[in-house]
Amino acid sequence: MKQNTLSAERRRKTVLSVVLAAICIIYVLPVLAVVINSFKVNTFVKTDTFAIPTGEMWAGFANFLKGMTFGNYPFVKSVLYSILITVLSTFLILLFTSMAAWYIARVNSRVCRIIYYLCVFSMVVPFQMVMFTLSKTADTLHLNTPWTIPIVYLGFGAGLAIFMFVGFVKSIPLEIEEAAAVDGCGPMRTFFSVVLPMLKPTLISVGILEIMWVWNDYLLPYLVLDINEYRTIPIHIQYLKGSYGTVDLGATMALILLSIIPVIIFYLLCQKHIIKGVAAGAVKG
Amino acid sequence: MEDAGRAFACPATYHSSGCMRPEEWQSDKVFSGEMIALRKKRPGTSNSLTRAKRLWSPIFVGPVVAAFVIGFVWPFIQGIYLSFCQFRLIRDAEFIGFGNYLKALQDGSFRHAFWYTALFALVSLVLINVLAFAVAYALTQGIKGSNLFRTVFFMPNLIGGIVLGYIWSMIFDGILSRYGTSVLMETKYGFWGLIILVAWQQIGYMMIIYIAGLQAVPEDMLEAAKIDGASRWQTLWRVTIPNVMPSITICTFLGLTNGFKLFDQNLALTAGQPFLIQPDGSAIKTTEMLALNIFNTFYGSGAKSPGVAQAKAVLFFILVAGLGLLQLSYTRKKEVQQ
Repeated sequence: MKQNTLSAERRRKTVLSVVLAAICIIYVLPVLAVVINSFKVNTFVKTDTFAIPTGEMWAGFANFLKGMTFGNYPFVKSVLYSILITVLSTFLILLFTSMAAWYIARVNSRVCRIIYYLCVFSMVVPFQMVMFTLSKTADTLHLNTPWTIPIVYLGFGAGLAIFMFVGFVKSIPLEIEEAAAVDGCGPMRTFFSVVLPMLKPTLISVGILEIMWVWNDYLLPYLVLDINEYRTIPIHIQYLKGSYGTVDLGATMALILLSIIPVIIFYLLCQKHIIKGVAAGAVKG
Repeated sequence: MEDAGRAFACPATYHSSGCMRPEEWQSDKVFSGEMIALRKKRPGTSNSLTRAKRLWSPIFVGPVVAAFVIGFVWPFIQGIYLSFCQFRLIRDAEFIGFGNYLKALQDGSFRHAFWYTALFALVSLVLINVLAFAVAYALTQGIKGSNLFRTVFFMPNLIGGIVLGYIWSMIFDGILSRYGTSVLMETKYGFWGLIILVAWQQIGYMMIIYIAGLQAVPEDMLEAAKIDGASRWQTLWRVTIPNVMPSITICTFLGLTNGFKLFDQNLALTAGQPFLIQPDGSAIKTTEMLALNIFNTFYGSGAKSPGVAQAKAVLFFILVAGLGLLQLSYTRKKEVQQ
């Protein structure tokens, strides 16, 4: 009897494994479709989307070469701008919001509470609510270049970061900081050499969330930046399809492949942190 | 994973247990006699510490406050104000009361976008949550390859909305072109296409939250149910689901607001096509959702009334924020008290 239920249990698990493996394969198919179509001659992408490119369909690396200057804008430039904006924004957000959050959590004044609640409030405000006025304000203040747009990201993205940091700082015992103060550390030194190292797990979580947000963001840079001059990867890809006339699907797929490869490598390298960070930020979505 | 629950619980419990005041920290610790002596001195130390910190406020809080005012507070206030104004350029804004709101509500395309979005949010919410829960449940049964499956299911979540839209538009057109049609030619293709896209993207995300919830279900409760002779199905409904109610709250909330706020994917997949020409000559973009409708009212071809667009944006904000809060307070009542 017991033997029977055990083997039934094992059979159930095997069936489950097989079903999930099948779903997994279906799940990877869209990415696979991008890979095979990026090596396909443009005219066959639409008619033979799911065929492996062989013979006359095979385009080799021609699509990738073509994609480099496709859309009258060098793809490499948009990659560099994307990296610049993402790195700078994430750095600014991590540095300044962790400092502010520590201050807010430790100095319990009315102003601090107001800032905190404003930050929490900002998390439920959709971007469409402020996009028009924000882009005008950014224009007026000359925040419309890749070097200054991180300030806009710091402002609009502060809410979630402050919220997460404050939550974590409150769980750190005050004694440690007091000990530092007794040893003669000023607030600056207390923060950078005592508090900041303890914030590491939250720094990673917030960092991951901000990287994913800024890297994939389309609307904010589209509205704030001067599009003819500066394009990030999402803007560049939107422009390829958005422009009228015939679209080279093969070259588009090549660029899409190039833009998701780094993301997938990044994911595979720090999967654990990414999943943890994303779950921690579930509050915003 | 635990971070998720804590971070989420924080705003509501800010004043109660979730985030303790620093002074309360010692209370749950066992202090020796000399520590208690130290404790008496604490208020003094703490205050001078605070005073020292206050001098540093421009450096610690200044940059964030300045950026926050530029990036959120000022645009938000100005946005509310401009929604009551008629203008072409901001400096010419003229106060006209609720006129923009009336125009926004009378706009057929906005009403269409609202119902379309509501239907989309509802369908995607149910579908994504049921599937994500099912996958999470299967992955917590201790089967082989769970980690690999989890990695694969989560992966699409990292790809941006614009890129996702183009990947799927290629796939749908690859299938539909065999039948002489395209995802841009019928509203129902656009609708279900977007549902498939969003499901592909978000199931993995919700799955992560559900896995965290399922792993936190007390083992002894499951054991007790088993001893009492509960079937697998009964255990799922009577023990597991009530215990993962917090995760269900988070995911429902997220699914609903994500559905309403969807923009990039909508723009990249169909951009509102196909268009339906109205008797009065105006066109309704049949697969246009609220966020895209607002965007087009601001920046679309022939857009001439940013005031109306801003009024739509304010209504959209009230809707998204209100729905979230309403839904949150409703599901919270159903959570199991431990």
